[in-house]
Amino acid sequence: MGTTKQHHVTIKGMKDGLVFLLDDTCEFTALIQDLQYKLEHSHQNILTGPIMHVDVKLGARAISDAEKEEILNILKQKGNLLIRSIESDETEIASVSENDMKIMTGVVRSGQVLHHVGNLLFLGDVNPGGTVNCTGDIYVMGSLRGMAHAGIEGNVDAIIAASYFSPTQLRIADVISRPPDEWEIKESNMEFAYLQEGHMQIDKIQNIARLRKDTHIFKGV
Amino acid sequence: MGEAIVVTSGKGGVGKTTTSANLGTALALLGRKVCMVDTDIGLRNLDVVMGLENRIIYDLCDVADGRCRLNQALVKDKRFEELYLLPAAQTKDKNAISPEQVRDIILELKKEFEYVIIDCPAGIEQGFKNAIAGADQAIVVTTPENAAVRDADRIIGLLENSHIESPKLVINRIRQNMVKSGEMLDIDEIIQVLAIDLIGIVPDDEHVIKAANSGEPTVMNPDSRAAIAYRNIARRIVGDTVPLMLLDGKPGMFKRMKKFFGMG
Repeated sequence: MGTTKQHHVTIKGMKDGLVFLLDDTCEFTALIQDLQYKLEHSHQNILTGPIMHVDVKLGARAISDAEKEEILNILKQKGNLLIRSIESDETEIASVSENDMKIMTGVVRSGQVLHHVGNLLFLGDVNPGGTVNCTGDIYVMGSLRGMAHAGIEGNVDAIIAASYFSPTQLRIADVISRPPDEWEIKESNMEFAYLQEGHMQIDKIQNIARLRKDTHIFKGV
Repeated sequence: MGEAIVVTSGKGGVGKTTTSANLGTALALLGRKVCMVDTDIGLRNLDVVMGLENRIIYDLCDVADGRCRLNQALVKDKRFEELYLLPAAQTKDKNAISPEQVRDIILELKKEFEYVIIDCPAGIEQGFKNAIAGADQAIVVTTPENAAVRDADRIIGLLENSHIESPKLVINRIRQNMVKSGEMLDIDEIIQVLAIDLIGIVPDDEHVIKAANSGEPTVMNPDSRAAIAYRNIARRIVGDTVPLMLLDGKPGMFKRMKKFFGMG
C-alpha cells in the first residue's frame, strides 16, 4: 500500500453499472495516481468479470481534452469497463466565464447569424435580417437593427445593449419582444433591454448599475 | 488583362440589366473595349435592352459546351465597334452551366477586353454563383426601398465571403421629391446600413423605360439625367474623380459624397 494515503477516487456500484466519483479539490496528478492504483490493486476483484457501464463524475473540476483522454486511457486498460459518460459540474466553469467578454468586429448582414457562447461585445452593425445569438449578454457598439437573442440557453438575467437601439426583434431567454408594441425606443441614447418578471424592459445604459448590482460599479472618490 | 465587374442586387427589378447595359455602353463611349455577359440563363434580357436580340446566333451555353468558339458567340453592338455582348441561352436554365465554366469564359474574355460587365440574375442560387465566379469586382444595385436594401445587404454578405472584395453600391431610381417628404429612404440612411462605398446614384427617369423598349441604352441620350449618372459611374470605374450628381442642393449630402470620392 503506501502509495495513496488519501482516497481521491470513490467507486460506487449502481444497479446498471459503476460510478467513479473523482475528487475535485486535489491535484490532477494525484487523482490519476489514485485511479490507477484502485484499478490495478485495491479494486481488482470488482473490475474483472462481466462488462460494466461506467459513469465518471468529475465534480466541479474543469478538465482539458488531453486530461480527459488520460482518464479514458486508464479506464480502457480494463477491458470490461465501458465508459458511458464523463460529466463535470458546469456551474463553476460558467461563473468563471461570467466576466469574460469576447470582442468581435464586422457587420452582421441580412441572413447572417453570429453565434457566441458567453458574453459578446460586438463592434459594428447588426443589419435588419441579421441575427446575434449569445448565451450571455450582448453589447453592440454600433447599430442594432436586426435580431438579438441574449441568454439563449435560458439565462433570464442576460441583457442586450446597443449604441443605436433599433432592433427588429429582441429575445432574452424565452421572452420575445418587438418594437414598438411593447416598448418605445427613445433613441439618441445608448440603451439596453432586460427582463423584469418575464417582461422586456428598456432603459438607458446609465441605469444598468441599478439592475446589475454584481457588476464592477465605479463609484469614484 | 481586363477587369470583370459583376452587376448584382439580390432582388429582381431594381435595374441590374439596365445598369449593365448603360455601364457597358458608357464605357464604350469612353473609348474602352467592353464585353457584356448576360448570365441570366432562361430569362435573358440584356440583348433586348441593347436591341441586339435579332443578331444572336450562339449563346453562353453553346460556348460552355463547346458547340462554338467564344468569338462566334459574341454579338457586336450596332453603335460601337468595340462593344460586344455574350448573350445567355433562353431555352435552358441556370443549372445548364457551372461556375467553373463561366469563370473560364470570363478569363478568356479578360484577355481581349478591358472591361467585362457581367449581368447577374436575381436571387442567391446557382445563377448568382455562376455570375460571380469569374468576377474581380462587384457593383451592387439597390433602390431606395426597404426590401431592395435588405436583399442588397444579403448579397453584400455573400460577396464579402467570396473572392470578391469590397463591392461598390449604385442606388437606382431615386425620386428626390419622395425622399424629401420622407416617403423614400434617404441615401445617407442606405449607406449607413449597407456600409460599402457608393459609386453612383441614378435618379428615376422615364427616359430609361423608353430607351429600354427601343433597344437604345439611355446613356446615349445626353438630355436624360439618368444618362449623365451612368456616364459618371463609368468614369469612376475607369478611375476618374467625378462629384456625385446633385439631386437638389442639399449641402450635407454633397459634402459626404465628395468625401467618398476623395475630394473632401
